[in-house]
Amino acid sequence: MANDDIWILGINMTKFGKHPDKDVVDLASEAALAAMADGGVTIKDMGVLAAGNLMGAAAGIGQQLQKQIGQTGIPVFNVANACATGATALRTVIMAIKAGECDMGLAVGVEKLSGAGMLGAGFGVAASDEWTPSGRYGAVSAFEGKLGTDMMPGVFAQVGMEYLHQHPYDGADFELFAGISAKNHFNSTMNPLAAIQKDMSVEQIMAEPMIAYPNTRAMCSANSDGAAAAVVVSGEKLRTLSKEQQKRAVKISASILTSDPYQEACQILPDVNTLTRIAAKQAYELAGVGPEDLDLVELHDCFATAELVHYDNLMLCAEGDAVDFFLSGATTRDGKTPVNVSGGLESKGHPIAATGIANIWEICYHLRGEAGARQIEGAKVGLAHVIGLGSACGVHILEKSGL
Amino acid sequence: MAQQIPMVDYLVLGDSPHLVANECTDCGARFFDRRNGCASCGGTSFGKVDIPTEGEVLSFTIVTAFMPGADNYAPVVVDLGGTSVRGQIINTPADAENLALGMKVRLTTYSIGADTAGTEAINYGFEPVN
Repeated sequence: MANDDIWILGINMTKFGKHPDKDVVDLASEAALAAMADGGVTIKDMGVLAAGNLMGAAAGIGQQLQKQIGQTGIPVFNVANACATGATALRTVIMAIKAGECDMGLAVGVEKLSGAGMLGAGFGVAASDEWTPSGRYGAVSAFEGKLGTDMMPGVFAQVGMEYLHQHPYDGADFELFAGISAKNHFNSTMNPLAAIQKDMSVEQIMAEPMIAYPNTRAMCSANSDGAAAAVVVSGEKLRTLSKEQQKRAVKISASILTSDPYQEACQILPDVNTLTRIAAKQAYELAGVGPEDLDLVELHDCFATAELVHYDNLMLCAEGDAVDFFLSGATTRDGKTPVNVSGGLESKGHPIAATGIANIWEICYHLRGEAGARQIEGAKVGLAHVIGLGSACGVHILEKSGL
Repeated sequence: MAQQIPMVDYLVLGDSPHLVANECTDCGARFFDRRNGCASCGGTSFGKVDIPTEGEVLSFTIVTAFMPGADNYAPVVVDLGGTSVRGQIINTPADAENLALGMKVRLTTYSIGADTAGTEAINYGFEPVN
């Protein structure tokens, strides 16, 4: 392990789902303490803390967490970056270590979202007895239901449908996307930390209540409570730790964060493609691996329609080939490139700020050979992808320790 | 005729309703909101440009309305002569049988109601071109 390598030393995710008896600080503490225990270290070893809780972004979850698990006076970065908040916390700790400010740090993401309903910021318009233009569009009324939708299921439905317009598919679009969801729901049956563990057939998924065509309820990520945390360490420091710690450490071969570069229609329908492709490209170059080297991928299937486009964006298939790639079975857990063996956000759940660390936990779990019933045998390299609308994209490539 | 006001300030009413974009003088990027600068090139000078009213559906969804009495609606992204715009399909049922990727549509307007002063707000939508 080279001195300037960066490693995950310990990592944990709580069960995702409903935690009525725990608040965000309880959940964050649970994940943080477990991640440090997993790495064989304590809060006294941490030189930096980055934490995110998107729904409470102004409350300073980092310091709230410290007040429960250790106020050691280290710098705290409270981060908010939509659904990429967790990945951003991790990236922040990685940057601090890379900059030489410290040799070990903690990244935490936590959210309480059970029962939150459909998410999506509309264009707010003040109620008035007279039509009064307001906001950046001079709108006299809210956009939702009059000029399209800003609700996430509908936005991502359009993202998937746009792909099928650019790369025409002769088959039934609804069934195609339901098939992606069925794969993920099947995978969730092996993941006891998933919010929903229910094997569902394509027919059952299609029969669920329609939310935004072609996404039925089963094809939407589950709003859940949960937290995830990771301890990051420099290669130099890791060499001073025990053989067992070195063996279980997972190398971060690439950590990339991008925002969306301007594209013609990106302010009309969010472009989740360009920034993902750029992040993936940078990550592959930095890690010196290609998509064909990946033993598993956790990608941001906030909706079934999103998973399809990311096969292409992450270059898991040839450009324009995502439908055939999926239909070939390549992304099943026995396929060439298993995708979302955790069950994905559609079944595992999507506690927003936790998601970008939880997907890395899943990869580490397999690379360490500790994934039990759902272990991808011999996994050595994995990729975790997360995207937050606005937009922010995190891509991490992780590799098994050589020891 | 009652007083009218457009739903958004980038909708021009009158005999031939159409959309108008802020076009960057330097790079030609088009935007529909109030601008501080250009997201494409960083320029700060804009002109107005009229957008064609016929085009093609690039993407759609059908949002299920769960409020009692509300109707499902079909958001679309439409390519109007090289400029993408957002809107909704109108004058045809919002169901998968009546919508298709690539379908030809045209801009049309309708009233979303009058306020206490009697002013009608006019919105735009896209209807299929048969």
